[in-house]
Amino acid sequence: MSGKENNDLIAPEQYELKEPPIYQFNMNRRRFFHVMGAGVAVAFTTYKSVAGVLTDDAKTPEDQVAAWIHVGENGKVTVYTGKVEVGQNIRTSLAQVVAEELRVPMKNIEMVMGDTDVTPYDRGTFGSRSTPFMGPQLRKAAATAREVLLEMAAKEWKAERGDLLIADGEVSSKKTKQKINIGQLTRGKEILRGVDDNAPVTPPAKWKVAGTSVPKVNGESFVTGAHKYVSDMKLPGMLYGKVLRAPSYGAALASVDVSGAKSIKDIVVVHDGNFVGVAAPDALTATHALAEIRAEWTPSPQPGRGEIFAHLKKTAETNARDTDSSGDVDSAFAKADIRIDQTFYIDYIAHTPLEPRAGVAEWKDGRLTVWTGTQRPFGVQEELQEAFNIPKDNIRVIMPDTGSGYGGKHTGEAGIEAARLAKAANKPVKVVWTREEEFTWAYFRPGGVIDVKAGSDKNGVVTSWEFHNYNSGGSGIETPYEVANKKIQFHPSDSPLRQGSYRGLAATANTFARESIMNDLALELKMDPLAFRLRNLKDERMINVLKAAAEKFGWSQAGPREGHGAGIACGTEKGGYVATCAEIAIDRPNEGIRVLRAVTAFECGAIINPAHLQNQIDGAVIMGLGGALFEWIDFKDGKILNPFLSRYRVPRFSDVPALETVMLNRPDIPSAGAGETPIFGIAPAIRNAIVNATGKKLYTLPLVPNGLKV
Amino acid sequence: MELQVNGKKYTVDAYSGESLLSVLRDRLDLTGSKYGCGEGACGACTVLINGAAVRSCILPATSAVGRQVTTIEGLAKDGSLHAVQKAFLKVDVFQCAYCAPGMILSAVSLLEKNPNPSRQEITEAMQGNICRCGTYPRILKAIQEAANV
Repeated sequence: MSGKENNDLIAPEQYELKEPPIYQFNMNRRRFFHVMGAGVAVAFTTYKSVAGVLTDDAKTPEDQVAAWIHVGENGKVTVYTGKVEVGQNIRTSLAQVVAEELRVPMKNIEMVMGDTDVTPYDRGTFGSRSTPFMGPQLRKAAATAREVLLEMAAKEWKAERGDLLIADGEVSSKKTKQKINIGQLTRGKEILRGVDDNAPVTPPAKWKVAGTSVPKVNGESFVTGAHKYVSDMKLPGMLYGKVLRAPSYGAALASVDVSGAKSIKDIVVVHDGNFVGVAAPDALTATHALAEIRAEWTPSPQPGRGEIFAHLKKTAETNARDTDSSGDVDSAFAKADIRIDQTFYIDYIAHTPLEPRAGVAEWKDGRLTVWTGTQRPFGVQEELQEAFNIPKDNIRVIMPDTGSGYGGKHTGEAGIEAARLAKAANKPVKVVWTREEEFTWAYFRPGGVIDVKAGSDKNGVVTSWEFHNYNSGGSGIETPYEVANKKIQFHPSDSPLRQGSYRGLAATANTFARESIMNDLALELKMDPLAFRLRNLKDERMINVLKAAAEKFGWSQAGPREGHGAGIACGTEKGGYVATCAEIAIDRPNEGIRVLRAVTAFECGAIINPAHLQNQIDGAVIMGLGGALFEWIDFKDGKILNPFLSRYRVPRFSDVPALETVMLNRPDIPSAGAGETPIFGIAPAIRNAIVNATGKKLYTLPLVPNGLKV
Repeated sequence: MELQVNGKKYTVDAYSGESLLSVLRDRLDLTGSKYGCGEGACGACTVLINGAAVRSCILPATSAVGRQVTTIEGLAKDGSLHAVQKAFLKVDVFQCAYCAPGMILSAVSLLEKNPNPSRQEITEAMQGNICRCGTYPRILKAIQEAANV
């Protein structure tokens, strides 16, 4: 991946990312084999030039090893990656890729993930990047390891490389029928190689493990409750921490009296700058102690939800980020036969991972170890370095498989808080955020305002497209339609709420606005919305998903039905293409919307694990339903007014429509990530179905938080 | 107080009003039951009391005295997974799986009362359990699978 591609991909995650270090000195050759034991290892780095010089030759720099696959003497294969598992099941799919190329059974592969001491630097698990970027790298590394093993066997047996086969963790000779386990081959050896770009990889048509529905790795530990999430951890002597929170955003701590808490037995109290927290032998005592702290706060004025959209527009940066401009939109719009000029309003929503933020910290022999559920363990390591001003080498961040993230866990708050308390207590401390804390002090998907001016000629060719997004983000802002005159801009604003990445980023909001306008243009033209889209598209992959969704849905046969409506929408981002058709019904008594059916066609190149892809698509559509229909954060005077699951509605069983999926497999196209893109077709599809059923055009996300006043 | 959890007797020194979830997780180290909301709204903390699904985060531990508490750790018998656990594995339900223990115990409770639930009955019984990853269709399938065993 070139630097530019990389930056283009992460640019939309604009709010939190830092540049990675240029050099990665976190592992040298000696430590490498010390950690892993003897065997054969293949390493790759994000910097090709480094990978190129990384050989077994002692003259080459030995401290630049960055990522690797290790074949141990026992035949076990260990894959070390800084990526993390938050439910997207890459622990499974990345292992499949390695199993495929190395020709070993899945059960012989262990994935070591997201541990800053033993895995290579990784900037984070986000942006649907694991599959398209980590996948191919691992594939090449595994193929290299396979070729090394075959060479070793050839040497040992004095055989021709061409006479040897590798399968099921064994190398065998076609001629002599000799067999040897790959572990035996590596016995007593320490062989370190860089990735060989020429090592032949298996074409998708010949995949046996990749491309199949291998079940979730370690599945049993999850259905028995044995898996330890960070919030489940308990270290010897561990205390439970609680942190004093401001009563509202922007409030400054004026004074604090901690004597009440200090007088409680076995309580550790920390007051350090604006941080006030306690640690106690059990969580309830910590909660009680926190309640004994008296604090005065100076509030600062904060815009509420009622003023938010005006505020975001008013505070927009004067320098807009011009994403895509060509032609002359003003004159094209003036000349258009059909014109629509419309504003959309997007509410802030919360990720609401079922496991709230949690961190466990321990200081031992001058080293800090933090276990926390984060999508960026190395980012948290940097946050800790900044917070405690100690060298990074003395900080280890470990990320056990975590109770989901959806882009909402890029940061390390709970881990930093636990570390601060643990430092004072001189004992390990665990901090688990309450649901209210998670709703209030994590970060949100940005709210925003989107202005669209679009024009079409009377034959249904879109001639002008002007699109301005204020604050919600630039992801998915380009139009996939062919338009001669366009001006597309993202305007960052001053957000009063803490905001950051969310599954699919702003592509949900941008696709919603665009596909709503496309629908309404079609209606003005008295054209079928599908036919109108197809007339303005050239991108073959987009056309394919649209047609596939429409066919499965029965779009052309969907006649009018009282109280029912059908809608269609499509979009593309991060190498994936999605089209969604939705059928809705109006519940007359309470004017609610019921989504009866959603058909999603998705194409993300070659499919690695069909069952888990299906699960990601269904999950994205269901999560998307919440943001489409009813999820929104209410706030006033710097306070979140609905920070509870009883007041912030998320999709439940009864909200789930009949879901149908068409997965278009394109073995000829490299696999893209799938966790995000399927989320953004559902909102505009539902919105357009509501228009179809009632004639009512909605311009907000969520669409119907309080039902529809038809 | 004395609690019967997964067939074992525990003597617990708890705060007055302390929730069953807090006792299970922090005092008995049975961390399979999860905290999700603290107000009985998400189902992550679901356990069985005398076979019925309850939200342990809003239930004072004292009210479980003299009754049989079953947590996810006690569902497998003699090293063999419960039919519902097996079905969830077979269908390969989960993404992050944080909701898994609560989902499975709610499903066990449902199938105890109604061995052959309709889709609508499953939806109603499981309405209090949230899966943020949105694996509901697979959970439904797994429950139907378990019902057919």
